[in-house]
Order: sequence, then C-alpha cells, then structure tokens
Amino acid sequence: MSQPNPKIKMMQGNVACAEGAIAAGCRFFAGYPITPSSEIAETMSLKLPALDGNFIQMEDEIGAMGAVIGSSLVGVKSLTATSGPGFSLKQENIGFAAIAEIPVVIINVQRGGPSTGLPTKPAQGDVMQSRWGTHGDHPAIVLCPSSVEECYFMTIRAFNLSEEYRTPVIVLSDEIIGHLTEKITIPHHSDIDIINRLKPQSDPENYLPYENTETYIPAMANFGEGYRYHVTGLVHDETGFPTNDSKKIEEQLTRLYNKIEKNHDKIIDVSEYFCDDMDTLIIAYGAVARSAKQSMLKARQEGHKVGLLKLNTIWPFPEKQIVKLCQNIKRIIVPEMNFGQLAHEIEWATRRAIPIIKYNKINGEPITPLDIYNILINRK
Amino acid sequence: MDYLNYLRKDKMPHIWCDGCGHGIVLKSILRTVDKLGWDKNEIALISGIGCSSRTPGYVDFNTLHTTHGRALSFATGIKISKPKMHTIVVSGDGDATAIGGNHFIHAARRNMDINLIIFNNNIYGMTGGQCSPTTPTGKFASTSQFGNPDSPFDISRLAEAAGASFVARSTAYHFAKTDKYIEMAFRKKGFCVVEVLSPCPTAYGRRNKSTGKVGHEMLKDQKENSVPIERARKMKPEELKDKYITGVFIDRDVPDYFEHYNEVKKRAKLK
Ligand SMILES: Cc1ncc(C[n+]2csc(CCOP(=O)(O)OP(=O)(O)O)c2C)c(N)n1
Ligand code: SF4
Repeated sequence: MSQPNPKIKMMQGNVACAEGAIAAGCRFFAGYPITPSSEIAETMSLKLPALDGNFIQMEDEIGAMGAVIGSSLVGVKSLTATSGPGFSLKQENIGFAAIAEIPVVIINVQRGGPSTGLPTKPAQGDVMQSRWGTHGDHPAIVLCPSSVEECYFMTIRAFNLSEEYRTPVIVLSDEIIGHLTEKITIPHHSDIDIINRLKPQSDPENYLPYENTETYIPAMANFGEGYRYHVTGLVHDETGFPTNDSKKIEEQLTRLYNKIEKNHDKIIDVSEYFCDDMDTLIIAYGAVARSAKQSMLKARQEGHKVGLLKLNTIWPFPEKQIVKLCQNIKRIIVPEMNFGQLAHEIEWATRRAIPIIKYNKINGEPITPLDIYNILINRK
Repeated sequence: MDYLNYLRKDKMPHIWCDGCGHGIVLKSILRTVDKLGWDKNEIALISGIGCSSRTPGYVDFNTLHTTHGRALSFATGIKISKPKMHTIVVSGDGDATAIGGNHFIHAARRNMDINLIIFNNNIYGMTGGQCSPTTPTGKFASTSQFGNPDSPFDISRLAEAAGASFVARSTAYHFAKTDKYIEMAFRKKGFCVVEVLSPCPTAYGRRNKSTGKVGHEMLKDQKENSVPIERARKMKPEELKDKYITGVFIDRDVPDYFEHYNEVKKRAKLK
C-alpha cells in the first residue's frame, strides 16, 4: 500500500490554526470578530458546515467562551479565537473551564494593548494575562507558534493537551504569525495523532466526575451519556457538588494544580539551536523567535558563539530547560514585544546568576533580525 | 407524580428561604417534565448565578451551574452541538436581564431552541437585596434606600420584541398557569421564555411592604393584583399601576435557529 501523501500549500497563519483545529477533530466554533484573529472565525465558518460542524458568531467574547464550554460538555471539540480586548472578556469563563475541567481551546492572536491598543500591529503583551488572566489560582497551558506550520500543529497539540488534561489550553499567536503566509506541509490525517478525553469506565451510579485519581485527571462523561452529573464553577468535591469543607477544597484545588504541575515534562516543549556550543543564549518565542533565529545564524557565521532556545510552550514556564542551559554561558538575551514579561520569569529562574539583556519593543513594530544582531554584536 | 423521582434527595435541604417562590417554580418545571415524559438523560438544566440559579444542583438531570448571566451562552453551545438535548435555562431577573441581558436578547433574536424560565423576584436575592433591572421605580432595595431611580424592564415584552417564539408571564401563585405555559414552551421550537413572578420575602418583601412582607402575603398580592393580558390590553396605563400582567404575550410559528442553519449546511455541502 502506498503511503498517503502530505500536501504542500501556501497558507496564512490564522487559516492554519483553523485547519489544525479541524484536523484535531474540532467541530464547533464560537467567536466574535476581532482583528487580527478574524480569519480564524471566517475559515471555520467556511469549513465547518460542510463537515456537519457548527459555527456561530456570538454577541460577544464572553458568550463565545460560554458556548464553547457548553459544546465541549456534550462531547464536541470546540474552539474560540480572539485578540486582546476579547481575551480580557473571556477570562471569567476561562476560569470556569479551568475549575470545571472542560477541555477547550482558545486562540489569542495578540495585538498591541492595553485596551483597544493597536488593532493591526503586533505585540506580545498577553504573556502574563494568558497565565494569570482569570481570578484565582489555576493551572495554565499556553503554546506559542512562530510559523504557519506551527500554527497548524500547535493547534492540534492544544486540542490534544486540552483533552488529555481536561483543561482550557491557550494558543498565544501574534499579529505577525497570524497574518504571515508561507509554505506549510500538511500530513495525511492518518499521520496525525489525536488524543480524546478519558471516558468513565464506572457505571453512572458510581461515577465521580472530579475523582482524585493517581493521574490527577478524572474521566469525563459527556452530558447526554447517562451520567447526569453536576458541573459548577463553585469549588466542589469529587462528586461535582459545591463544598465548604476545607479538606475537600484543598484536595480538589491541589489536584487541579498537580495535574499540570506533575506533568511538566510531558507538556513543556522547547527547541534548542546550537545550545551545546554557545556563550550567549537567546530565549525567544512567537514571531520574535524567527528574527532571533536569523540573527543567531548570521552571528554564528561570523564566529560568535550564539545559541537559541525557542519556547514552544511558555506556560508552564520551562524553568528546568532554561536553567540546564545556563551552566557555561556569559549572557542571556531576551527579545520581546513587551516590557519584559517573560524576561522577568527568566531572571527569577536563573536567580540572576547570568546577566540578562532585555530587548523590548512596544511601538507596534516587529523585532527584526537586525535588532537582535545589533545587540549580539554591540552589547556586552 | 413523585417529585423525588426528579430531585437529588441528598442535596436537601435547599438554600431557599421560607416563603421564597423559587421552589414553587421548580415544581412547575418538574411537573411538566413528568407530564411530557422526557428522559432525564436528555435534559440539560443550565443556570447562571443567584438563588434561582441554584436550582440545577437539586435536580437529577444533566446540570450546569455557570457564571453570572452567561447560562444562555453555555446552553447555546450545548443545544447546537447536541440538538436532541432538551435545553432548559433557569435564571433570575438580574442574571437574565442585567449581566446576561445581551445573551438574552441575542438568544431571542436567533430564536435558539432553548427554554428559558425566569424567576423574577424584582431583586438580587442572593447578594442581599440590591436593585435589579426589574425593581420598579421608587421601590426599595439595599442599594436604593431612598427609592429606586431607575425604570424597570418588562422582561416578557423585551423577549417578544427581541424575537422569541413564545413568551408568557405567570406568577408563583398561579402555578397551574405556570404549568400550562411551561408546557407550551417545552412543546415549541425556538426560543421560549416563561417569566414567573417569584416572591422574595427576605430581600424584597421586607423592604417593600406594599407587596406584603412574608411569602403568603406576597402570594396573596400576586393573586389580587394580576391582570390577564387580554384584559390589560383594554385598560389604561394608570389602571395598570402596580398590577402584574400575566398570560401569553406571543406564540408565533417562525423558523428557529436550526431551520436556518440546516439550510447553511445544505448550501455548504453543494459547494
Ligand atoms: C460577575 C459576577 N458579578 C456579580 C456576582 C454577584 N452576584 C451573585 S448572584 C447576583 C444577583 C442575583 O440576582 P438574580 O439573578 O435576580 O437572582 P436571585 O438571587 O434573585 O434569584 C449577583 C450580583 C457574581 N457572582 N458574578
Ligand atoms: S433571598 Fe429571596 S430569592 Fe433568595 S432564597 Fe431567600 S427569598 Fe428566595
């Protein structure tokens, strides 16, 4: 039998996110238009109906977030996409998905902020919001694509992670990547690994939707499958009903935390370039990682020992992966399109043992390879 | 019928105060479900936040207690992705028409196939009696100690104007009518709203003695001051002051969301 062929295409980053979602099995999209994310909604509205899926343009981002949670609860993988202002509006319901442990994927194509900010210009200002945007203590998984191909594969991975860990997962894209068109190789769908939520084995009478299992991840019954359980944003015990019992509260919130915390090694994903031969380490993510790679390659051609750590997931924070690379280096360069949101975490992770040069651009212009190259060469 | 077939006995006692109307409305919902013989596995009962929104916790369906005001959006996702599910939303007046007002009018505009039962007590019960969008002008609340300066919404007229298939108003006192309207709503496609006036002696009655202070007085007030809509249409606005207009506001056969979206799917597949 011949191998099914991969398809080579030119595609926009936002479209690739939508295509990735469909490949992951997403059959419901709810959203509200906002630049620079709207192509995701438009693509979903185009593709889903013919696949017997459903697209709905909601009245606002809060409603869109609610709708995707409802849809996932009946067993249909669901996506919403937005940018800064809409991401702010979604936060309360993202917290709901976190505590009720409903798998959903949220794509935030970042633009400049705060507030209405810079609708058509890139930024990475939502690094912290993607981690701490909703109130309360909760786990977060955030992926950062830096190419069109990564838009596709990271959206698939976001769905897989959300299903595996029963949690909302955020794809933190940005205006540059979202609106970039480049080559993408799409594998045959039989070559794509898909993970689906764990279904309960117990009968409905004994089903505990929030059971404290060894893996910390309880099995999830979909509404309508005979399990008739209760889902609430109130802190609940293993049965799903609200509790004020401090022991139960601690048990459940700790489990929620542990299910991500204890699986860092499986969730965190970074790419190292020339990290075994460097005195300078660039740490970058999203669009900036592309520029960082270019500048690194140029500097290396000229004999400078520069390595790059590209963060494919920024949350959970890849502390171990960063610390490991900090043994014999002289400096770290952290270019970001914000005032240093992740650099701050890196300073903390490295205990400031190594000088960190922050390069921050917040004027709506991209960070270019030359920007980073100049720092590599001119800043000691 | 045996209500216990539908209740989660181990979740009793409920949180509702003596004289609260919410339990009366719940019983109407359960009687109707029983009458229609719906399979409990195929019912999703969804709420926001409030005293009324605690209802799902007590009932043996697929139950979802969401964020304040947002129940209709969650319900929209449920209904679209599982159209077979009987999708019932219960909501307070604050939940449905203040923080959730936008979802409310848009669910009506789309004529989404959802049944919304609003427990309207003219006040924020759960948080201790602040003004709601249905607190009448001049009435008292913990945030309007000198009389409410705002004008209230007429929920049923709002739902009608926004495009719902079916809209009716009843009171906790008129439980038989409530049963009838809920049944009409449950049998009908599209967005169906039943607004039930539900006494809140704790947060409203105590402060607004005109309606009675305790539950049974407030029920009596509903009995004495309700006017069927047919009669109200012939009355002057002055005559309708402090009256509760009850009855079917609209019952129309218009395409619901799914009729339209199924056309979209057909057209998409032809492409
Ligand atoms: C976003 C948000 N804002 C405010 C609250 C606080 N809150 C809880 S219930 C409620 C009002 C409930 O009133 P209503 O919907 O009329 O229901 P009732 O309690 O009267 O049945 C408010 C304001 C909340 N839970 N969430
Ligand atoms: S405060 Fe009012 S609405 Fe809430 S339970 Fe008591 S009587 Fe009912």
